[in-house]
Amino acid sequence: MKSAFENLDKVLEHRVRLQIMSVLVTHDAFNFNPLKEMLNVTDGNLASHIKALEKEKYVSVSKTFVDRKPNTKYKVTEKGRNAFKKHLDALEEVIKQQK
Amino acid sequence: MKEIKEYEKDLASIRTMMERSAKFISLSGLSGVLAGVYALAGAVAAYFMVHYPISPFRYRIYSASHPEMLWKLILIAALVLAASLFTGLWLSNKKAKKHNLTLWTSASKSLLLNLSIPLATGGLFILIILYNGHYGLAAPASLIFYGLALIQASSNTYDEIRYLGYCEIVLGLISALYPGYGLQFWALGFGLLHIFYGVIMYNKYDK
Repeated sequence: MKSAFENLDKVLEHRVRLQIMSVLVTHDAFNFNPLKEMLNVTDGNLASHIKALEKEKYVSVSKTFVDRKPNTKYKVTEKGRNAFKKHLDALEEVIKQQK
Repeated sequence: MKEIKEYEKDLASIRTMMERSAKFISLSGLSGVLAGVYALAGAVAAYFMVHYPISPFRYRIYSASHPEMLWKLILIAALVLAASLFTGLWLSNKKAKKHNLTLWTSASKSLLLNLSIPLATGGLFILIILYNGHYGLAAPASLIFYGLALIQASSNTYDEIRYLGYCEIVLGLISALYPGYGLQFWALGFGLLHIFYGVIMYNKYDK
């Protein structure tokens, strides 16, 4: 039998990334600061994890200017949504197998 | 490879994140109790203005009818609403700070939007029926529209608020059968039910 562990997404094994994804899949778009407050993490921490998700094309970033201030919005991509779903299924499977 | 407990923690953290971002959980139970107290105070004031010295439990076929009294009643209702909103915002802000959250999130925004549509509709509808002289229907209509607003809002905050909504609607419908008892039903729905619900929520989430 193939182990459920193999289906886990390596990129999503970090809890902060998982949390970013769970916020983004339930919303159209999210800004940097509200996301930071929601997760209770530092700027650098959030930025580095978002970068990792961006590299995998799980999230897309759009930068605009509102009143000359940078406004960064994050969206989950279709690829990211699928990966998140698969990872959740795998998590469920892993836990089930242990019981 | 992580421990199995870690994976369970992962799942739990997803759940909290989703709830935290989709639901407004800073709503304070205490503000429900206080809103109920304001409503009761408003109802008592209205009673002394309109019905006194008739016993509050006797059925009447007439009720507020001249415009001057109507304005006073509308003023009382507006004061109760303003005091409740102010207390609700203040206590929720305090609770949000305690949990390291901000009050103005996408969840609270959609909560406000979902609340405001049935409430604004109800408010306008009540003003229209008052204008047309159907005074007896104002209290039932306010209870029913408020109940619908709560059920609508329950997807954005604690789910239990849905049951308060059902109670308000049932009370509003019964009240429509007895137009002369509008004030009493209003006191029951906005006063006692709020206090009852607020105490339950306070014990469940705020303690």
